[in-house]
Amino acid sequence: MGKRASTAATRRRTLLAGAAAAGFLGLFTRGNALELQGMPAWDPLSGPPPDIVKPGPWQFFTAEEAVAVEALVDRLIPPDPHWAGGKDAGCAVFIDRQLAGPYGRSEGLYMRPPFDDTATDRGPQSPFTPAQRYRRSLAGLDKHCEGAYAGKSFAQIPDAEKDKLIGALQSGAVALEDSSGRGFFELLLQNTKEGFFADPAYGGNRDMVGWRMIGFPGARYDYRDWIERHNETYPRPPVAISGAPQWTPRQG
Amino acid sequence: MARKLPATDVVIVGLGWTGSILAHELTEAGLNVVAIERGPWRDTSSDFPVTHAQDELRYHIRHDLFLRPAQETLTFRHNARQTALPMRTWGTFMPPNGVGGGGVHWNAETWRFLESDFVLRSHLTERYGEKFLPEDMTIQDWGITFADLEPHYDKFEYLCGTSGYAGNLGGQKRQGGNPYEGPRSREYPTPPQKQPFGPTLWAKAAVESGFQPFPQPSGNLSQAYTNPLGVTLGPCTYCGYCEWFGCGNYSKASPQVTILPVLLRKENFKAQTLCTVQRINTDSTGKRATGVTYIDSNGEEWEQPADLVLLCAFQLFNVHLLLLSGIGTPYDPNTGQGVIGRNFSYQVTSSVDGFFEDKNFNPFISSGAIGMCIDDFNGDNFDHGPHGFVGGGYIGAVQTNGRPILSTRGPAGTPSWGAEWKKAVAQHYLSTYTTVTHGSSYSYRDVFLDLDPTYTDIFGRKLLRMTFDFHENELKMSQYITDRLADITQKMGPKVMEKHPRKGPYDVNVYQTTHTCGGAVMGDDPKTSAVNRYLQSWDVPNLFVFGATAFPQNAGYNPTDTVGALAFWGADAIRNQYLKNPGPLVHA
Amino acid sequence: MRAALLGLMACSMLAPAAWGAEQDYSLIERGRYLATIGDCTACHTAPGGKLMAGGRAIETPFGNIVAPNITPDRETGIGAWSDDAFYASMHDGKTARGENLYPAMPYPYFTKTRRDDVMAIRAWLNTLEPVVNRVDANQLPFPFSIRAAMTGWNALFFQAGEWQDDTQKSAEWNRGGYLVEGLAHCGACHNAKNALGGDESGSRLQGFALQGWFAPAITSGNGVGLDKWTVDDIVEYLKTGTNRFATAAGPMAEAVSDSTQHISLADLRAMAVYLKDQKGPAAEKRQAMAASDPVMQAGEAIYVDKCAACHTMNGAGIARLFPTLSASPSVEARDPLSVLHVILNGTRAAHTPYAPTSPAMPAFGWELTDVQVAAVATYVRNAWGNAAAPVTAGDVSSVRKNLAARRE
Repeated sequence: MGKRASTAATRRRTLLAGAAAAGFLGLFTRGNALELQGMPAWDPLSGPPPDIVKPGPWQFFTAEEAVAVEALVDRLIPPDPHWAGGKDAGCAVFIDRQLAGPYGRSEGLYMRPPFDDTATDRGPQSPFTPAQRYRRSLAGLDKHCEGAYAGKSFAQIPDAEKDKLIGALQSGAVALEDSSGRGFFELLLQNTKEGFFADPAYGGNRDMVGWRMIGFPGARYDYRDWIERHNETYPRPPVAISGAPQWTPRQG
Repeated sequence: MARKLPATDVVIVGLGWTGSILAHELTEAGLNVVAIERGPWRDTSSDFPVTHAQDELRYHIRHDLFLRPAQETLTFRHNARQTALPMRTWGTFMPPNGVGGGGVHWNAETWRFLESDFVLRSHLTERYGEKFLPEDMTIQDWGITFADLEPHYDKFEYLCGTSGYAGNLGGQKRQGGNPYEGPRSREYPTPPQKQPFGPTLWAKAAVESGFQPFPQPSGNLSQAYTNPLGVTLGPCTYCGYCEWFGCGNYSKASPQVTILPVLLRKENFKAQTLCTVQRINTDSTGKRATGVTYIDSNGEEWEQPADLVLLCAFQLFNVHLLLLSGIGTPYDPNTGQGVIGRNFSYQVTSSVDGFFEDKNFNPFISSGAIGMCIDDFNGDNFDHGPHGFVGGGYIGAVQTNGRPILSTRGPAGTPSWGAEWKKAVAQHYLSTYTTVTHGSSYSYRDVFLDLDPTYTDIFGRKLLRMTFDFHENELKMSQYITDRLADITQKMGPKVMEKHPRKGPYDVNVYQTTHTCGGAVMGDDPKTSAVNRYLQSWDVPNLFVFGATAFPQNAGYNPTDTVGALAFWGADAIRNQYLKNPGPLVHA
Repeated sequence: MRAALLGLMACSMLAPAAWGAEQDYSLIERGRYLATIGDCTACHTAPGGKLMAGGRAIETPFGNIVAPNITPDRETGIGAWSDDAFYASMHDGKTARGENLYPAMPYPYFTKTRRDDVMAIRAWLNTLEPVVNRVDANQLPFPFSIRAAMTGWNALFFQAGEWQDDTQKSAEWNRGGYLVEGLAHCGACHNAKNALGGDESGSRLQGFALQGWFAPAITSGNGVGLDKWTVDDIVEYLKTGTNRFATAAGPMAEAVSDSTQHISLADLRAMAVYLKDQKGPAAEKRQAMAASDPVMQAGEAIYVDKCAACHTMNGAGIARLFPTLSASPSVEARDPLSVLHVILNGTRAAHTPYAPTSPAMPAFGWELTDVQVAAVATYVRNAWGNAAAPVTAGDVSSVRKNLAARRE
């Protein structure tokens, strides 16, 4: 072994060639080709940690789209006296940030032609990214409502009508211009539930409402003291990646 | 034009479990080893640390640690009459990527196959007669026996520190272990994990039903353990983030926490990450591999000459590379001739949901391999004569996680959205318990892998094409063992119980397992196997192919223990036979 | 690497007349071993560079000093130096031209080394590949750039002189003292320094903050430092990088990897015997903070939610993997710098063949606020029988800035 450890630091991360050139594989993987000899240099954030979503303006939706999406998620997960609905839980913010990011761009997915989206039994074959699907479907929804509800937008119609329309999208009874109503419904429902139950770091599940509602203690990592406490309610409050109220000293 | 690198003794394609094991064993033998890995370097404290490893959206839903389909994917069709379409995103399985491979994000269920699994065709034929098997079923013997593999199972388990309780110690059956397992040469390295409420309740019901339940063998360790390489693993904390996640506290066996700390520091080892092997090169005779050609992340092409080439990529991509390199005869389903792509198989899983009124299962207190099982309905542990199918699986209460995005649901009839949905998931999250079966998948003449005629990858290479559907034998098997599971689960006292036996056709959208198998299988006959009993290519003797690629069919267990054992078995053959006399180890 | 060195030695031994070969070999081998104890390479070999060819920047409170080339190259190394000149550099802190060295070169400790040992090191250095590498050592700002300034420094803080055995003590104790105070230069980090970088009088081995870490007290007695450690514990730590109380991290991880793991068990034992006999002053008696304190409560919540998964609920940790926090000199150290450093930035533990796991602690700095880091640091310093001064958000903020500046 000798003196290797101290000098290994740079040898470890020798770039293969032309590090300055943006690697074309680098478009969807992190970093550049590395030669590993010895343990790679200590870089605690190479992972990297998640960007915690901050409140602020919509990043993907237009103001009109956002109003519609907030109304939609609030019917998919309606508020009740105990627990917030989709809107107050931040599901629309979650979807907005997801669509503005790699997910919205279908980054990393196989997007080479030909596309045969008539086939339904061999996996999703849409040529459109989630961002494109939202944009087209929300425009289609707008158009549909304008015609069906005397110029009103989705957000402006009564809740019962909203639910009826969502049900019609789900069943395929209502089709949207330029997009499948059912396909949009399924995408929206999936993203709304993701927003309701994903870590609050992504903008939804505000105040860990989704977790508190079902009794999930969140981003914990040690249940050794409860593994054999059978059929007993877990006592500790939920924790998010970015923390919990109990992490800040009480003023006093 | 590829630039030529200095020659090395051994080049390994893929640095997951098998690549790490082979690299360690062969560097110990004094060889210079270069491993080429398509994905990035990953380490516990930077890539999945306790600060944010517990992120269901990132790691599970958005597939953070997995191969990106844009990097490489495959096409799929149910049968040869369909046009195969690309898997644009992952659904039914999620191929690994990066240093550590699938070892980073497996559940760590560490099962040995049954003695009869290794001699499957001869065993079944002897017991039931040739006619009992479906005509198009192409199951075959492995060319090795359980006894051959036992010392290597033992090595892999002691590398991992596997937690369990032996049911058969040197031929002596022991209460509390699996009475059906083959004889073990010694006890598990660590005792079983503790069991939460669900598995405990299910095990009680199983005992009441006259069965002998036992703890599932687990690579999530019950206690700290220092392996023979001197590397220490920690105790599992039952956090419930195993499958699809890296373990943040060194308690799930992976290459990172068992081998790499030693391997990476060896002078005679190096690894290239983010480099994709394009093909295995052969000399003008086609009988000798001369190394591999790969492309780095800047798009530059390199040739790595080597005396020995080891394919240690994920099962599907070992087959892909063999086909792209023109090594061995591609399988033709019309004639049944050829071996590369032949005998692809998968896994047949199913479940039973119990919705309870008065129980709190704390589903989040779990580990990927925790649970209580019985093996009475696996392999040929029961008489198939009256049932008209072969195969089986372990069944039991395996409590892997309570992550809310994918595990919140209500009983059948619950709407998928709205106030009723919300009420139902709030009511049922803690009190729902799912039990599972893990069934075998046997091989068939019309299930295979080849190259797709239409779709290509970013390098312009033809994608791998998978032709697969469940056969009646497997669906009958799943129905039968799901019913037996339900018999026991019913005794736990659910208010509502729902059985979900596996139904056809195969649904690529729904995650089942990442246990794809076969395609370059091992055996005694070069007409029906791509590699001999030592995983050595029949056609190119200085090429070995590892992983589940070599399984002639899949048994009713998770494959990793057998994948690890085969790696040690092959390494032993290379060290003790091949290096002394390079050439074919078996003469056909 | 080691094989390569032995190879080099074999070559160099072919050159001189055969008569001295055997004696040369043992002399050179002794020199190599002593140079390892002195950890010459830590400074004199640049990361990725040729052995002892210089070029690594060494941080001092006054600026960076680049370690010179000490290969036998006659122009840019020390090949042209006489043996006396080499001895003077170790013993008096002078260059071959009689100029003062900067005390980044630990000559205030090396001066204790006996001439025959210094000559053995020289003999080994002579066997290395001569490398042409001109090093501009001095990158200090004025007035520290004036080497003559060190004359005053030496007058104040430096006393030349080889180690003198204490006849009242055992041979083992004396061997340990010779190494601890001399070549191993433990005091270079563990002795408190004054504003000018000289050893603070009367605070030998009592701990000091440098390079973003706090090197804890390694005295014994009075419940401080290594008081709870046995001789075997110390030997195990230096040989493997870990023991039941601590795991080497930061500069000590490098010291273990580069140097102490290669020291013979007999010498490690001697060093441990000597260290166990070094008494420090009694620590200020502290009462642990009340568990009901709001800061302690927040700290406990963070600990339970984030730290216990590795370090366990009772702070005991897991042997060879997750350091104990309940009996660790660093955790309770009067200066919480190391604790804050590892919470904010994480760290990788030392690697040795005896403890190859080399686990790493993740960085929490991106996840926790200053107030939260202060709370959890205060908690671990005052839980499970620990008692140490609380940490404030201001402390955390300044360490965060210090670490950020060091990364740039």
